[in-house]
Amino acid sequence: MAGFDKVVSSYEEAMAGLTDNMTVIAGGFGLCGIPENLINEIKRKGSKGLTLVSNNCGVDDFGLGILLPDRQIKKIIASYVGENAEFERQMMAGELDVELTPQGTLAEKMRAGGAGIPAFYTATGVGTPVAEGKDERQFNGRDYILEESITGDFAIVKAWKADRYGNLVFRKTARNFNPMAATAGKITVVEVEEIVEPGELDPDQIHTAGIYVDRLILGTFEKRIEQRTVRPVTTQGEK
Amino acid sequence: MALSRDQLAQRVAQELQDGYYVNLGIGIPTLVANYIPDGMEVMLQSENGLLGMGQFPTEEEIDADLINAGKQTVTMATGASIFDSAESFAMIRGGHVDLTVLGAFEVDVNGNIASYMIPGKLIKGMGGAMDLVAGADNIIVTMTHASKHGVSKLLANCTLPLTGKGCIKKVLTDLAFIEIKDGKFYLLERAPGVSVEEIIKLTEGELVVSDNIPEMQF
Repeated sequence: MAGFDKVVSSYEEAMAGLTDNMTVIAGGFGLCGIPENLINEIKRKGSKGLTLVSNNCGVDDFGLGILLPDRQIKKIIASYVGENAEFERQMMAGELDVELTPQGTLAEKMRAGGAGIPAFYTATGVGTPVAEGKDERQFNGRDYILEESITGDFAIVKAWKADRYGNLVFRKTARNFNPMAATAGKITVVEVEEIVEPGELDPDQIHTAGIYVDRLILGTFEKRIEQRTVRPVTTQGEK
Repeated sequence: MALSRDQLAQRVAQELQDGYYVNLGIGIPTLVANYIPDGMEVMLQSENGLLGMGQFPTEEEIDADLINAGKQTVTMATGASIFDSAESFAMIRGGHVDLTVLGAFEVDVNGNIASYMIPGKLIKGMGGAMDLVAGADNIIVTMTHASKHGVSKLLANCTLPLTGKGCIKKVLTDLAFIEIKDGKFYLLERAPGVSVEEIIKLTEGELVVSDNIPEMQF
């Protein structure tokens, strides 16, 4: 690595410095756009006591779910965790601390964290269990709760394309939480499907600027589909 | 007769207007997309970051990078746009979505909604539901009027942890279309063949019933 070149050549190098009890922010929605190989590396490394910040926790054998059997996750901050039997078991048994957070609040916590904003008021969650213990205030006659932002020791991100400087382009709905996650890590690690030379990406079409990215690695991806839903092919005349 | 899932979706679709941006929740609300009237343009918002959700893909069109909020593979409609999750919820929280349709376990006379958690039983999380109910002005809740055992889900006070407080004004159940205002339910329409008495019996919260309650038209 030299200058702005963020490319690293191994996953070991990509996740170097991750130690027990750190906070890791992960991009992805369901299994879409998850940094699957970086998660595999965390499993291989065996780091424990982690706090994970991610919209979901994968499924039993893919995504963040693979960190559950070895009890690598101490706490997870997520909005929806319904697709994972081992997760539910650990949660019900009190082995896993779960902070359920509304999806928009979670996205905003990451965005604010990355933007140096320590907290923000939102109407989301007023009068619900989410509001417990939080400061409430009225603006223009409406109630809001104060939500604190989130930063991580690491952020793990999946993008589609990058240049060597870490400028990122995402693809379709695999974008989701990835751009916010990228801004909110002390060390942001990104894995991508293609790396090009600086200057090859149109600056107007870059979704995340390289300033947020510390390490970049080229990966190959399974891209598992959680709910494969198709429509039958219709022939002419049918509707 | 109580409405079928598809009839619920059909009745909700009657509330659509040309040029609406609409967020449809998982389950029955998703079916509303099948009943958008011909000639009407409606853009579906999927909170994972897609405005202009299309139909399900064919086998050939399947793309792992293109899913809806229910994690199902989808396609994009003409004129679609893609954005990140913070941007998606800026649309929702900023009140830019014209109609939100979502399911619930319970609703009460004060417009409170419980839809995400049954303590000790089902633990999944609220996903985007808390943002949707807090951010939208025009919300229709679709749900069954009562449990299989005849226990009302339209209550004086919700018993389950809330998803949102004082934010629901319209509820479509399999038996009735109901408006919530001033701390009461108002019966607007009844499902075809369902009597007002039956609806009263299965509504725990205070229900205001005027003289002539029309049947829903399909």
